[in-house]
Amino acid sequence: MPEKAQILDQLYELIQPFAKEPIEFGEQTDLIDEVGLDSMKIMDMVMQIEDHFDVSIPLNVLTDVRTIGDMAGQLQGLMKDD
Amino acid sequence: MSELLNKFLPLEAKRSELVAIGGADPFHVVVERVVSATEAIVNGQQVIMAGTNNYLGLTFDPESVEASCAAVRDEGTGTTGSRMANGSYGAHLALERALADFYACPAAIVFSTGYIANLGILSTLTGSGDVILMDADCHASIYDGTRLGAAQVVRFRHNDAANLERRLQRLEDKAKRTLVVVEGIYSMLGDRAPLQEIVEVKNRYGASLLIDEAHSLGVLGDHGRGLAEELGVEDQVDFITGTFSKSLGSIGGYCVSRWAELEFMRYAMRPYIFTASSSPSLIASTRIALKKLNSGTVLRKQLWANAHQLYQGLAEMGLELGPQVSPVIAIRLPVSMEEAPGVWGELLSKGIYVNLVLPPATPDGGCLLRCSLSAAHSPEQIDRILAAFSDIKEKIAPEKSG
Repeated sequence: MPEKAQILDQLYELIQPFAKEPIEFGEQTDLIDEVGLDSMKIMDMVMQIEDHFDVSIPLNVLTDVRTIGDMAGQLQGLMKDD
Repeated sequence: MSELLNKFLPLEAKRSELVAIGGADPFHVVVERVVSATEAIVNGQQVIMAGTNNYLGLTFDPESVEASCAAVRDEGTGTTGSRMANGSYGAHLALERALADFYACPAAIVFSTGYIANLGILSTLTGSGDVILMDADCHASIYDGTRLGAAQVVRFRHNDAANLERRLQRLEDKAKRTLVVVEGIYSMLGDRAPLQEIVEVKNRYGASLLIDEAHSLGVLGDHGRGLAEELGVEDQVDFITGTFSKSLGSIGGYCVSRWAELEFMRYAMRPYIFTASSSPSLIASTRIALKKLNSGTVLRKQLWANAHQLYQGLAEMGLELGPQVSPVIAIRLPVSMEEAPGVWGELLSKGIYVNLVLPPATPDGGCLLRCSLSAAHSPEQIDRILAAFSDIKEKIAPEKSG
């Protein structure tokens, strides 16, 4: 299972194309307030993340995801389950 | 003003901005008078209604109208309560029998709307420990149904059976406790599910399949039963949901299943238990409309002739359309959300009403003009729709590259 830091680095790359303006990403970066995503964009982004990590992310867990770090945490959990 | 309403102010600000730029208000369309199944007075002007989902044009069918009137006189204007509390009327049960016979299924449940049918089935059929795998382009009623329930919800890429398979693979043992959800015809672009591939995949993993035939009832299949009939896979589909508010010209929803145990879901579905049942007049016209739908192919053939005429005409203008000919014809607008209402308003001023669909309701984030055709449209009306589009085609055709 990859370390959280590795997951984060990959997430920064995957999320970059969805950002409204270029900003510095960190674990605490808020996907809605800072990256500028709406709920539909988040769903599209989730599909890309799912393909990259070969994992399915249930919509149910997205309600707990505010930051890139939250997303990394969920991914870690999902990959541990596999 | 209540503090709680603050969050809606930006929506109204955006609407005002769009209306000010476009000079037309697609958010407050008032149909001042209905003239026929295909014409109405809007903004004081008689227009052709080309966005009503009235696929078979049965809203003014004389026999349906008469049955509705008789039901109001005999049984009153409403049932004033739910079927669980107040009891079912004989007509509710008769409609359920008619639907079960129509689909050759042992079980059918009638709901108060199509939205509520999906809310009831999706929230209750699967529960904690089960999984819903839904096409990403599914209707809001399906999304909302899954949110009301306790199952794990995962989306697969639109019309991508390989993506569905990858997700079933990941589920391992849980694949058998998975409900795959697709639609016969997708409401925004008019494209169909690749149902044979999806059936093949779900069978291999032992999953169950639900298809929403809201836009395909009366439209596809030799008998109008929808995409599953058209592709010969009805015996592989576990649950079919649909609506009375399109081809059947009334209001209501249903679920049928090849499993008789569907019947037992009545005792557990909150959207079935805690809502008033359909009024006698709605049930009466729906029963007649279902008979008409089932009695021949004349209306369906006319609907498809109209669809081909409009799709071909719009394609010849170089407009960017949905991928398949269908009674739902979507034109992708190469304009911003700010410019789209103006384009829509121009069509309306030329006497053509279509749906303007703005993001986030569109599948790919762009703006759409969405037409839906009816068997009741005449070829002359389709010509008038085409003439109006032709007048504005410079504004809505994609720029040619090179």
